[in-house]
Amino acid sequence: MTGELSPILEVEELEVRFHTRQEVVEAVRGVTFALGREKLGIVGESGSGKSVTGRAILRLVPAPGETRARWIRFEGTDLLGLTERQMRRIRGKRISMVLQDPKFSLNPVMTIGAQIVEAYRIHTGASLAAARQRALEMLEAVRIRDPERVYGAYPHELSGGMGQRAMIAMMLAPDPDLLIADEPTSALDVTVQMQVLAIIDDLVTSRGMGLIFISHDLNLVASFCDRVLIMYRGRVVETCRAEELHQARHPYTRGLLASLPRIDQPASDLPVLERDPAWAR
Amino acid sequence: MTPTIDPAQPMLSVRDLRVSFGRGRNTVEAVRGLNFDIAEGAWYGLVGESGSGKSTVLRAVSGLLLDWTGEIAVSGRRQQPHRSRAFHKLLQMVFQDPYASLHPRHTVDRALSEPLSIHRIGEADRRIERTLMDVGLDPSFRYRYPHQLSGGQRQRVAIARALIVEPRILLLDEPTSALDVSVQAEILNLLHRLRREHDLTAILVSHNLAVVAHMCERLGVMQNGEMVEELTVDQLRASAPLHPYTRQLLRASAGYDPRALATLEETA
Amino acid sequence: MTALEAPGAGWRAWLLTASPRSRLQARLGALYLGWLAFLANPLALAGMAIVLALLATALLAPLLAPGSPYAQDLTQRLLPPSAEHWFGTDELGRDIYTRVIHGGRVTLTIVLLVAIIVAPLGLAIGTAAGYFGGLADTVLMRITDIFLAFPRLILALAFVAALGPGIENAVIAIALTAWPPYARVARAETLTLRESDFISAVRLQGASALRILLRHVMPLCLSSVIIRVALDMAGIILTAAGLGFLGLGAQPPIPEWGAMVSSGREFLLDQWWVATIPGIAIFVVSLGFNLLGDGLRDVLDPKRR
Repeated sequence: MTGELSPILEVEELEVRFHTRQEVVEAVRGVTFALGREKLGIVGESGSGKSVTGRAILRLVPAPGETRARWIRFEGTDLLGLTERQMRRIRGKRISMVLQDPKFSLNPVMTIGAQIVEAYRIHTGASLAAARQRALEMLEAVRIRDPERVYGAYPHELSGGMGQRAMIAMMLAPDPDLLIADEPTSALDVTVQMQVLAIIDDLVTSRGMGLIFISHDLNLVASFCDRVLIMYRGRVVETCRAEELHQARHPYTRGLLASLPRIDQPASDLPVLERDPAWAR
Repeated sequence: MTPTIDPAQPMLSVRDLRVSFGRGRNTVEAVRGLNFDIAEGAWYGLVGESGSGKSTVLRAVSGLLLDWTGEIAVSGRRQQPHRSRAFHKLLQMVFQDPYASLHPRHTVDRALSEPLSIHRIGEADRRIERTLMDVGLDPSFRYRYPHQLSGGQRQRVAIARALIVEPRILLLDEPTSALDVSVQAEILNLLHRLRREHDLTAILVSHNLAVVAHMCERLGVMQNGEMVEELTVDQLRASAPLHPYTRQLLRASAGYDPRALATLEETA
Repeated sequence: MTALEAPGAGWRAWLLTASPRSRLQARLGALYLGWLAFLANPLALAGMAIVLALLATALLAPLLAPGSPYAQDLTQRLLPPSAEHWFGTDELGRDIYTRVIHGGRVTLTIVLLVAIIVAPLGLAIGTAAGYFGGLADTVLMRITDIFLAFPRLILALAFVAALGPGIENAVIAIALTAWPPYARVARAETLTLRESDFISAVRLQGASALRILLRHVMPLCLSSVIIRVALDMAGIILTAAGLGFLGLGAQPPIPEWGAMVSSGREFLLDQWWVATIPGIAIFVVSLGFNLLGDGLRDVLDPKRR
């Protein structure tokens, strides 16, 4: 399913639990998947565990969360066996993450250029001049027309779409093998969203990276990704090829799709999703 | 109580509405000369991206925003920036984020009694129970705090709060964009039913063309504070929009399509 | 659930139910949850114990220390702590234990009076400035700035110098210098609330500005003001003690802790207890209010879940 090449990432029986004073919340329950050099979408509603899954791969689940898995193999190495120090060398350099809102991920008091340079040098130890060169290249790669200006700009001086492009430039500068994008375009307007997606698409394909694309938007994932995992209450209820999502078999997936209003089909009432407790078992 | 309405007259009409923020060189014109009419019982969609001015229009019409020029008439009466109490009984608004639009320390009961007490409407008990039922909430929700409710339940409370004074016009500001799609369907169905039962007129602001197409008959497309096109939903369905920006929005809402991007970038 | 079953479920279940059946039950349930959170914080509990102890001592002073705090006995001057005089006696032969216990009344009176004047004043000025903005905001906040620009003790000194020494004047002086930070806190909070959707929603229901301020804005600012009051108490007690120490607060022979420290300082090296015991009382009570304030902050913080 992941092509002839060995997978970049293999996740086996991933469990994430949050211990609170009253109860134990099982956010992710027994998630297993493998990822090749492809675009894998993870879709689900809020509370499905899709974002927690993305963070768990990078071992970034905040306390009081507890991550367990048989293994999380990244190019053959089990990430769960690494020390925090070794993990820091993986994060950002080999596996990068892009979050929903660039406003919260970019440092407001540093220029875009300085942030890309800093991130790049931490991971590669390159010289300042080389890092600057690389930063400008990356800004060009995300189709920013005036890289010099954006390089010297502060995050608040950029629009949402520009900020997210800069964020992608920063994350892809060290040439990671895997990009985890958690709702990377949800804060953007639809037209800008398309442009940012095209940039991610190009970069991922041309560099032969793996992409985990976490989103709540079924139509977007169906049209953008190669393969889709559908999550419900911490479990993967269905896996399918993206173009076959609209013929999905699981009642949850079908229910979600049916509940979307459609421009081409007028309807007086939308079918409401009836949740079957059996799905969560 | 209900003002007599001339059927020929639109329920809501806006003429040359202009709003600008800031002063001097930093002036931003958020809305630049907007015109539209909404007949009684019609639902009108305002579509556009962030910064297009669509939410500003709602704020001016609702009376939240005081600094505007032009004409706003509601059921035939021209409105001044400061509105009367009777106006607020006629027109109510539902906000985008149900997590922000309910007072965190007030129970559902308190949220619903407040408008009744402001408008000196009696029989609070009976009305609250009936309105809760109307929006599909069990009476057991009455004394809960917002943090004990899900997003969809909160939005139902917000809708109940708007409906309890029996308004004729609803302003809906992205009422489902903070909700999961399955919950969105429930809220849209609820609004559909309330529309039928209460014969409401509404403006629905949304960035989601599919939601607007599902709820409204006519829509205005806004870009940079101007209305670039006004069309019926049937025209939209027939993919007949004339303005390139509307076509672009329509194409983008169908999902990711690298082939469509070439046309996108021409206009961007 | 019938009325018969309800008591069987217990008052705890009644308080913690997810679907209360009346306004009262909902309110009590919310209070109970806050109380549970408060109980989980040992330092806050310690603070409350100290404050309650102060309250109890003040109320029961005549029972705890039956003698008069003014009774002098020059034959019993400067006696060290003993079975007869637990905390020793001062330079006029008065029992320090009795005076410290009765001094609690004085301290509590000052603290309560200041809180009653300062909190509503600061709250009203701050929320009005924040909500109305514009000219009202400018005028109110510049007045606040003027008061803030003076060091509290110095301004209090000036007031007392003008009005004459005494507890009432000390209270007025402290209150006049203590309100600006409350106005600041309330204004900052109001500024963020003013733009929030739920305030917009009440405005759109046609509520008057006064109604919005009293019923929607102030209750939300109240918790930060209460926290601030509790945290400020230590400062108020210290200012009162400082004025007493300088001879500008409570006048002798009133058993005020600051004045007691002041009169005991001559004997500090040979008869340490005269100044130290009231000093410890000031310290413990200040600490108690601080701990209580920190605990309240955890409980009342609106962001808590």
